[in-house]
Amino acid sequence: MAGFEASALNRRDQKVERLIRWLFLLMTLLLILPVFVILIFLVIKGWPVMSMEFLFTEPSNGMTAGGIFPALVGTVWLVAVALLFSVPIGVAAAIYLSEYASDNWLTRVINLAIINLAGVPSIVHALFGVGAFVLFFGFGTSILAASLTLGIMTLPVVIVSTREALQAVPMAFREACWNMGATRWQTIRHVVLPNALSGILTGIILEVSRTAGETAPIMFTGAAFFLPFLPQGVFDETMALSLHLFVISTQVPNVPEALPYGVALVLIGIVLAMNSLSIAFRTVLRRRKKW
Amino acid sequence: MGSPESAEVAGAVEGAGVAEGAGVAASFAEDADARTMAWYVDKGVEILVFIGGVSAIIFIFGIFGFVMKEGAGFIAGSLDLGEFFTSPRWAPTSSYNPTYGALALIAGTASVTGLAMLLAVPFSLGTAIYIAEFATGRIREILKVLVELLAAIPSVVWGFIGLSIMNPLIIDLFNVPVGLSVLNSGIILGLMAAPIMTTIAEDALKAVPDTYREAAEALGATRWQVVFRVVLPAAKNGLVAAVLLGVGRGFGETMAVLMASGHSINIPTSVFDSVRALTATIAAELGETAVGSDHYKALFALGIFLFLVTFIINLTADLVIRGVRKR
Amino acid sequence: MVSDSGHLSRFGHQDNRKSPQKNGLTDAGAVGTPPEPRPVAGDPPKLVVRNVSISYGKKMVLRDVSFEVRQNEIFGIIGPSGSGKTSLLRALNRMDFFVPGMSVQGSILFGGREVRMWRNVYALRRKIGVVFPLPVGLPLSVYDNVSLAPRLSGVRDPRRLDEIVERCLQRAALWDEVKDRLNSLGSLLSGGQQQRLTIARALSQEPDLLLLDEFSIAVDPVTTMRIEDVLQGLRQEMSIILVTNLVQQARRLADRTAFFLMGECVEVGDTEAIFSGDVKDPRTRAYVEGRFG
Repeated sequence: MAGFEASALNRRDQKVERLIRWLFLLMTLLLILPVFVILIFLVIKGWPVMSMEFLFTEPSNGMTAGGIFPALVGTVWLVAVALLFSVPIGVAAAIYLSEYASDNWLTRVINLAIINLAGVPSIVHALFGVGAFVLFFGFGTSILAASLTLGIMTLPVVIVSTREALQAVPMAFREACWNMGATRWQTIRHVVLPNALSGILTGIILEVSRTAGETAPIMFTGAAFFLPFLPQGVFDETMALSLHLFVISTQVPNVPEALPYGVALVLIGIVLAMNSLSIAFRTVLRRRKKW
Repeated sequence: MGSPESAEVAGAVEGAGVAEGAGVAASFAEDADARTMAWYVDKGVEILVFIGGVSAIIFIFGIFGFVMKEGAGFIAGSLDLGEFFTSPRWAPTSSYNPTYGALALIAGTASVTGLAMLLAVPFSLGTAIYIAEFATGRIREILKVLVELLAAIPSVVWGFIGLSIMNPLIIDLFNVPVGLSVLNSGIILGLMAAPIMTTIAEDALKAVPDTYREAAEALGATRWQVVFRVVLPAAKNGLVAAVLLGVGRGFGETMAVLMASGHSINIPTSVFDSVRALTATIAAELGETAVGSDHYKALFALGIFLFLVTFIINLTADLVIRGVRKR
Repeated sequence: MVSDSGHLSRFGHQDNRKSPQKNGLTDAGAVGTPPEPRPVAGDPPKLVVRNVSISYGKKMVLRDVSFEVRQNEIFGIIGPSGSGKTSLLRALNRMDFFVPGMSVQGSILFGGREVRMWRNVYALRRKIGVVFPLPVGLPLSVYDNVSLAPRLSGVRDPRRLDEIVERCLQRAALWDEVKDRLNSLGSLLSGGQQQRLTIARALSQEPDLLLLDEFSIAVDPVTTMRIEDVLQGLRQEMSIILVTNLVQQARRLADRTAFFLMGECVEVGDTEAIFSGDVKDPRTRAYVEGRFG
């Protein structure tokens, strides 16, 4: 902006500026566009097999034909049981971290543990699931064992998003409540949680999307390659969409080309729909001001 | 967790007040000392959420403990650690001479992760810089949402993409016999790790106070000079942490690497070689082993190794980020 | 137990002073009547602050402060910002617990009882109402803002809650403005309305002591005057500590006034005396006359 300086220098600066801006935009596009090309390719290849029949019938002919219904239902089971386990624990942990914990060594260790829960390889979670739930607790390979493994693995998603939602509620509201003689829990229950609820829901939707896509943790803990009937309870094994995609694209010979594309499309559809829902939810939330 | 009640009473004038207003104090006593229902509920909830809070610690110890329980005996007993780290021969099912050399697997993981980082780090940082420093308004929001959606694609779908889209593409483009290779899984892994690194790097850039930028701009620096001379150095630790977490993600990724790397035990000499990763080995072999066998335990030993390496990476990233906060 | 009845009953010792208005809430008309029962020095004081020092870590913000607040008195605290006034208020209802590193030395007797000896700290806070400098309308409906405290202490009867809400809003001079939108968000009212909502909320606790911390900062002059009228009326049922940086506000309202300066209580005395120049410390006169601060 230094107007009295040599304008030639300024013009050169502006040129460099524009060049660099374009360079970074190019990098961004190179990162994002290929993925969209791939996704479009997936849609084109998978669309032909999409039908009500595909979604609501069982696989047949050694999984080279038919639909994906048992896998779809199995994924719903796995996600639901995982949520039943991880949401209460995750929300409690987030409430502790946001509302009770002071900045001490214990809080640091808890935060480190959360980072590591998210960072430990999914196959190590699978080993843990086998060692703990399948063998030690004797659940066998079952929905219960697989869902507990998934739940622990995705716990950080719930904790982190809930904590963010809680911390977005201004401190002044809590103080006002405490000054009225409300206990900490009364304050949380009547003022903090109601105002963080939609943020928490956003996090839970995100967790659904994460949980539905995981494969490695359920491979040895409860998901079966092929099981033509639906699970009746949490101690049954089940098929799952993610594992089904792995199985028919690597383990089964003579699968028609379009079939795995169809499965991939359904899986990615569920995951992206859940994610978009969560993002839309968040955007609406930001617009609707309550204070 | 000190409760309000446990705050110590300053000794100086203790009790004096009770004497002074003896009659008054009596009427207060009931309210002052009553433990109401709300009080007990509050304490109960405090204990419950505390348990929730420490559960993360319990789980992480549980994971380490149970993986150790299955694998530690083998490491202490029959596993030759020298062989483990130096021999490229992973042949746990060999009937006459089972060997447990993880070198080729480590090389597989390292080569794939290395290539992925080589590809993903510049693009991720570039994207983060563009989103945080150059893009404005709607475009910034849209780019952020897109990056977030990329991060959501499940790893088994990425593996499938490597298997059925990248594989023929690489065979055609480079005229090689196999397309499942370091190159394929490196690209896939790079695409997977990039959104995470971008998000964390962008957070780090955002954390640099605007006053820094304003001060530099007031001195007549252009936007890119501000970014390179002021913002990037200030956000250095956060960016390092972003890369570290990306490495951790790549290192621990299972399904995509299992499906796209070719799965042959091999120390790679070119990017077109097939390799096999540590994670993929566990995923591929655990189903075929008998519980309690040496092979089974050896896979848990690989798990312990994976756990420790990712733990160290995460710990380092955390310390690096904390360095930023301290300053 | 602080159950319905416990929380609504007033303290026994007040009864001898003003038995006709035993339950303050039953007499909404009290707002307009002139303040009859003036504080008398001989009464047992409502609040005794003795040798109180407050520090955050190593930094001391209040040094060895002592004063008393009598029954039915408006006690003004004036002084430039940074004198430790707000910290003192925090210590009175034990909110210091929520501030890391804040420590309180000395003795604070509320109703003759050391505040740190209350096992049920929530009952203590309920008996001490607080109004902040910046109004805080909770993100609940106007109705819930005022009915929350009674509900938390066990009042369930909806008719009773309706009554409490209406009375408290009326006494805070807000009822007429919000009676048609009791279900709209309290946090979206205007600043002046939120401040009166805060007062109504404080009244819903039926406090014995009301702490007002520079309540007029975010409020227009007209609303300020209205609130001042409200306070005049409230004096009949409770003691009020009015922290203010408007010297004239203390002069208008307070029976006695304390002057705080840089963490020290320079002077405590009758408001009239302090404003007529009858002071022990020259700094008090300088401040009151507007020569610094």
